[in-house]
Amino acid sequence: MTGLPAATLALRQVSKHYGSVQALRGVDLEVYPGEVVGLVGDNGAGKSTLVNILSGALQPSAGTILIDGQPVSFRSSLEARARGIETVYQDLALAPDLAVWANLFLGREKKTKGLLGRLGWLDRKAMYAEAEQALERTRIRIGSVTSKAGELSGGQRQAIAVGRAVAWGSRIILMDEPTAALGVEQQQRVGELIRTVSGEGLPVLLVSHNLPQVHKLCDRVLVLFQGQVISQLRPAEVSMEEIVSWITGAALTRAGNGD
Amino acid sequence: MVTDPITATTATVPARAGSMAPAAPQSRFLEKYGSLWTVAVLALVVATFGILSPTLFSQAGWGAVSKATYEYLPLAIGETFVIITGGIDLSVGATLGFSCVVSGTVMEKMLGTATGSLPITLVGFAVSIAVGAACGLVNGLAITKLRLPPFIVTLATLYALGGATYLVSEEPIYQIPQQLVTFGQQNLLGGWFIAPVLVALACVVVFGVYLSRSQFGLRTYAIGSNRAAAERAGINVGRHLIKIYVLSGALAGLAGILVASNFAQASPLFGNNDELAAIAAVVIGGASLFGGRGNLLGTLCGTFLIAVLTVGLVLVQLTSFWQEVAVGAAIVLAVSVDQGLRKLSQR
Repeated sequence: MTGLPAATLALRQVSKHYGSVQALRGVDLEVYPGEVVGLVGDNGAGKSTLVNILSGALQPSAGTILIDGQPVSFRSSLEARARGIETVYQDLALAPDLAVWANLFLGREKKTKGLLGRLGWLDRKAMYAEAEQALERTRIRIGSVTSKAGELSGGQRQAIAVGRAVAWGSRIILMDEPTAALGVEQQQRVGELIRTVSGEGLPVLLVSHNLPQVHKLCDRVLVLFQGQVISQLRPAEVSMEEIVSWITGAALTRAGNGD
Repeated sequence: MVTDPITATTATVPARAGSMAPAAPQSRFLEKYGSLWTVAVLALVVATFGILSPTLFSQAGWGAVSKATYEYLPLAIGETFVIITGGIDLSVGATLGFSCVVSGTVMEKMLGTATGSLPITLVGFAVSIAVGAACGLVNGLAITKLRLPPFIVTLATLYALGGATYLVSEEPIYQIPQQLVTFGQQNLLGGWFIAPVLVALACVVVFGVYLSRSQFGLRTYAIGSNRAAAERAGINVGRHLIKIYVLSGALAGLAGILVASNFAQASPLFGNNDELAAIAAVVIGGASLFGGRGNLLGTLCGTFLIAVLTVGLVLVQLTSFWQEVAVGAAIVLAVSVDQGLRKLSQR
């Protein structure tokens, strides 16, 4: 395995329990540069706990998170982002009354130089220009970066959320159900977007219920079952039905009986 | 059943092809300029009363209108910030009265000493603003640390401060420095303005620019628009809200000393029910009680609309009770327009 680059993100024996409830049991996973890795599992399998740990909203009870081989820990979403992990949340986390550029820069606003900047004066021109660039990478037309996010279609809003993550994320993009609210055509666009992002070397960890999309987009699929990663599959080698049987646990029983 | 082929085609082709097209131009227009409807309504009301009674356009008319705004403008500015975050501050009127009376008491005590009139006046301003800010801090801490709804917290401080004001002084305090009264009553700029009006208008400009152009302003809108998103963006929402309520309180304190300067007294009656006028002005100005929307140009127009109605109805010799009826109608109209705009812009 000497030829492989170091994993951008690695989890080693990460566990999380809430009181006596064990949500994650010793999860190991790795994401390499340029990869699209799917994370699937039934409701209650531990997906959202894992997303919350990686985005900094929750802290693991045990285990280590490594970025580029370095152990890290974050106590807030701010710290996770400082480490280069950007999350596209299921609800997109956009402010509908704010313009597109403002959503892209929220919490990381650019201020002008000098005294005015110290008073909090925003450098709108710089933010307009950078917002346009960031959205160009998503290849979804937004119209103007000064439109309010609430005026845009679902696909455009998705593009803003993804564009924001790509613009700021330096190590990995975490996507939580990115197509849950979208129509077929828009799902396809988001799929292209994910491919574009990973094509530029930025890995994507895709948490999704949308199995056809996971099967089509991902290089590898990890199946979470009762808080454990029970299987790693390559969509190129297995069918969607195979993935489903792992999610439901049927494959596990079969494997057990086969012993 | 003959359909004109040309109209049939154009009707089915959207403004821009594809589901990713931006919103229709019409709703973009309303989104951008819709809030300016308050300006139009204000112009209409001014024109109507001006035609019925040209006195409105005289120096006396403007004097009466502007005098009816300086007390409410600082309150309405603070209230605009609060309402944009999705909160409400019911305590601004009570804060005004409390700050005013505390400041009056301090100035009265100082007049017994050898301190000059100007230093006492400056202390009076500082005390009133600081007391107001402290009241706002209490609101902000209770809302963020105890996680209580702004409505409940500020309703409680409205009552508590209303009582506290009379505990400080049951009677108006007339022993205030002459310098302060001169400031409050002297006509400036050819007799068109008194200083409290100029101070209030300056506040509108400064805070209006600050709200629309600063990081603080942007985050204020963000919190009201989607609080969870603001938190995920790393904004310390609690600390921001505390600052907002402190600002609202400090501006109420400023209004308190301005009223004292113009009336040449610090009365426990000041500020009574002012929160209702301030909230009305903000809502008429296009701010949404759901948060995320509003601006100080609208609030300025809303405040002047109420003032022009008050003065105008007196000028046309109708009883001023009609003013309250008209303000009520304006509130209903404003909220209907706001909801209509929302439906148009967020399909």
